[in-house]
Amino acid sequence: MQTNLTKQEKTPFSSADVRSWALVVIAAVIWFALYNVIQPFADWIAYGLLALPKDSHLGESLAFFFYDVPKIILLLGGMIFLITLLRSFFSAEQTRAWLGGKREGVGNVLAAALGVITPFCSCSAVPLFIGFVESGIPLGVTFSFLTAAPVVNEVALVMLFGLFGWKIAGLYLLSGLTIAIVAGVVIGRLNLERYVEDFVWQIKVGKGEALSEQPTWTERFQIAWQSTKEIVGKVWLYVIVGIAIGAGIHGYVPESALAGILGKQAWWSVPAAVVLGVPLYSNAAGIIPVVSALMEKGAALGTVLAFMMSVVALSLPEMVILRRVLKPQLIAIFIGTVALAIILTGYLFNLVI
Amino acid sequence: MKTIKVLGTGCATCKRLLNDVNTLVVKNNWQVRVEYVTDVAAIMSYNVLSTPALVVDEKVLMTGHPGAAKVEAALFKALEA
Repeated sequence: MQTNLTKQEKTPFSSADVRSWALVVIAAVIWFALYNVIQPFADWIAYGLLALPKDSHLGESLAFFFYDVPKIILLLGGMIFLITLLRSFFSAEQTRAWLGGKREGVGNVLAAALGVITPFCSCSAVPLFIGFVESGIPLGVTFSFLTAAPVVNEVALVMLFGLFGWKIAGLYLLSGLTIAIVAGVVIGRLNLERYVEDFVWQIKVGKGEALSEQPTWTERFQIAWQSTKEIVGKVWLYVIVGIAIGAGIHGYVPESALAGILGKQAWWSVPAAVVLGVPLYSNAAGIIPVVSALMEKGAALGTVLAFMMSVVALSLPEMVILRRVLKPQLIAIFIGTVALAIILTGYLFNLVI
Repeated sequence: MKTIKVLGTGCATCKRLLNDVNTLVVKNNWQVRVEYVTDVAAIMSYNVLSTPALVVDEKVLMTGHPGAAKVEAALFKALEA
């Protein structure tokens, strides 16, 4: 980071960078303008254009739908852009250098935090895992990093912010980090090195020079814009379907209908939600609008968050990728630890809120 | 003849990079060999932490897929050297 900053100071903005900044500022102004006309727009469609009565089930559901869809899509676009822009300042190589020589504990905390902000795609999990453990980073610290990235999912974070507000989004971020730290510490304490596939320890990592060229602002904006298109392009349909289901629940399901099965009184609902969520591979985009509507009808926050985290954190495709470097025993311990940590988090939320 | 290697673990982005590189080679009529490396041990010998990675004559040019235009520019530079 330090070298990066001094380098930025040395090279003044190029005219291309000035143009890119101007473009981003204009886009931001348009974004804010659009964001502020969503509510009148939704009301106009539901009650003006379609002339539905204000207190009808259908009118309420449709107004909800036409408000939430543009709002969430706009929020996703804007915030994912900012998040990926921030991530362009980090790299896996840099993260490995920072984590090298850190003790367990401090290392786990740092690894979890870096897991959230380091650009990371699950297809890189194998080289990343090998590169980390070969350079001497403890197994538990590596796991904190590998857990934090999927548990704190950027789409989930933005959608929680949009549908529940910043407090719940912040709670999700904190509990995701805690789960990653705890899972890493537990795996580190259990001394599970023997359950890493043997070939991993025999690989000789090459000495090739690290890529050190810093991107310009224009390039950072391009990287962020490309990732934003990719991520939003992948989830927008889930968002719409999820919000449609959520809007139906919002308009038609009576208040507190779900308090009995998904409310705080039902102690078994948290583990049940996690058991249901782990094999269910979906993305946060489709699930959050539904759980948001369920909560209105009496489902407890802890139960709902536990369900959501187990859906996004433990996905089958990722386990298949990790299976190439981990023996089944370690994968089972990993899934068990994370699932248990999520269950405890769910209880904690139900207790506190 | 120079050799371009695409290091990838089989993910979607890796295949996209391989396709784009193949397209660029045909388009620019480069006399090169393109290899797709999926063996984890071989990938790690280049000391990369993220895939895909683009390698020309055993030197890592870039990791990830920053877009066909950047790949083309980087390959032009590396192949002319």
